[in-house]
Amino acid sequence: MRLWGVDLGELIELTLDHIYLAGVPLIVGLLLAIPLGWLAVQRKWLYGPLLAATGLMYTIPSLALFIILPGILGTQILDPLNVLVAMTVYTIALLTRTVADALQSVPDHVKQAATAMGYSPLRRLFAVDLPLGVPVIAAGMRVAAVSNVSIVSVAALVGVSQLGILFTAGFNRNAMGPILIGVVACLILATLFDAIILSVSKALTPWQTSRSGS
Amino acid sequence: MPTVRYMVSCMIRLEGVTKRYADGTVAVDNLSFEAPEGKITVLVGPSGCGKTTSLRMINRMIEPTEGKIFVDGKDASSLKPAELRRSIGYVIQHAGLFPHRTVLSNVQTVPNLLKWDKKRAKDRAMEVLELVGLGGDFAKRYPGQLSGGQQQRVGVARALAGDPTVMLMDEPFSAIDPVVREVLQDEFLSLQERLGTTIVMVTHDIDEAIKLGHRIAVLREGGTLAQFSSPDDLLAHPNDDFVAGFVGRDRGYRALSFQRAEVPIYPAQPVELGDRPLPDEEWSIVVDANRHPIGWVERDAVEGPISQSDLQLGGTLAEEHGSLRGFLDAALSSPSGRGVVVNEGRLVGTLRPQEVLQIIRKAPRPSGDTIAGDSE
Repeated sequence: MRLWGVDLGELIELTLDHIYLAGVPLIVGLLLAIPLGWLAVQRKWLYGPLLAATGLMYTIPSLALFIILPGILGTQILDPLNVLVAMTVYTIALLTRTVADALQSVPDHVKQAATAMGYSPLRRLFAVDLPLGVPVIAAGMRVAAVSNVSIVSVAALVGVSQLGILFTAGFNRNAMGPILIGVVACLILATLFDAIILSVSKALTPWQTSRSGS
Repeated sequence: MPTVRYMVSCMIRLEGVTKRYADGTVAVDNLSFEAPEGKITVLVGPSGCGKTTSLRMINRMIEPTEGKIFVDGKDASSLKPAELRRSIGYVIQHAGLFPHRTVLSNVQTVPNLLKWDKKRAKDRAMEVLELVGLGGDFAKRYPGQLSGGQQQRVGVARALAGDPTVMLMDEPFSAIDPVVREVLQDEFLSLQERLGTTIVMVTHDIDEAIKLGHRIAVLREGGTLAQFSSPDDLLAHPNDDFVAGFVGRDRGYRALSFQRAEVPIYPAQPVELGDRPLPDEEWSIVVDANRHPIGWVERDAVEGPISQSDLQLGGTLAEEHGSLRGFLDAALSSPSGRGVVVNEGRLVGTLRPQEVLQIIRKAPRPSGDTIAGDSE
């Protein structure tokens, strides 16, 4: 079956690739941003330099990163790993500040109480600071998700399979159909990511909804 | 009036403890005191006197620059901070509850950190919640659904849950409105008496310190100890002008709360509603069927049997074996000029203001100085 010059089977395959290339770095990036953000908050002298450095990573042009990474990682230029690593870099760039903000949003008296109860710093992070930072982290994740879905499409220029392929194909064939379908698919994907993050955040913060309900 | 001396071992001992920050500021200067076991020791002083810093050095939230701190005989600096803290209850001003956890889960914090088994941790949590008057349904709520007073009760329950021998409290009642505060203080006092927990508490409120403390450490700006003594001693013999000023000008009156003395009590012939006033007395005291005083009647103002509307209420009642302050309050607040003395609510007799005042003036005080003779 074809729709506006795009094979539906191919569309599904490209969409799944896109989800994979944008989604996995979102998770991995968060897992790496958590220790970095924590370190920035724990060691005050690191806060400025660390956030400046990670923030700068976001300004590296994605196409340049896709081309440089094979040289650094020793991968083939077509290897999707390049895209995964590049997207993880962008996710870290966005989420390190988010995590630091989230940890700082925890009220001081709550942190002090937790320390006084006998939580070690690391345990306190997972038991108190991170759970309370979920709303702030989720807000940052929503930005990073949309950003990832959009940037991944650039990887079409280095030939990695995902929805961006529809843009290059449409451009080469001078056809609007594939381009429109690609844009709509990206929009739907971004909305889907957003909805998932929102519902996970809600599920992790039952205390927030019940607070207003009392 | 004998001063009460506690023949108990000390639970917390500070020896020459100093906290100096990198910029040279001295928060606490060579502080030494002992907090007796099973008693409440209150650190009180103006802001900037280092009282909170001193408290936090006990559980090593802040490390002292010099000096030693012993908790239950052990040098605190030789213990792992997190483990030391698990053995010490901690209550702070805004309760500091974990907003993302239910009341039950908040209270279970220390038992879980101590790796108690699940059932024991839960049973203990329910038990201490019951102790602070938040049984049943409250366990499932989130802190955001509780009033400030209820949150502070949970804070106390959480501090008690790990069965600590020592509890530290930083301005626990300051953020609570005055009416609830009074209730919480009274509950806290009886709870402490029942459990016998050693408590070190910080407050800026001298009234709270005198009400709750068995021992009071008055600190002055710069973190030096101005005086360490029992409340009655503090009121009777302030060490210097700073302490006298901090304790306040009405300290003589407050000191009466701790004075006990024999005051002559005169038997009184009571009447009941429906009786006639005693013909020989200007004032008669009216009691109910249980001999509980309900008011006074003035002979000349009543015609016929005494009715509810003839009663002149007023006056606090003095407990028979109460303090001089209780006697004085009763004597001064009575419409008849005679204070009413009761025992378990039943009429015992009356006392005369002049005699109470005389006794106050002559009361043997540890220093021999007089209440009225505040010579600051």
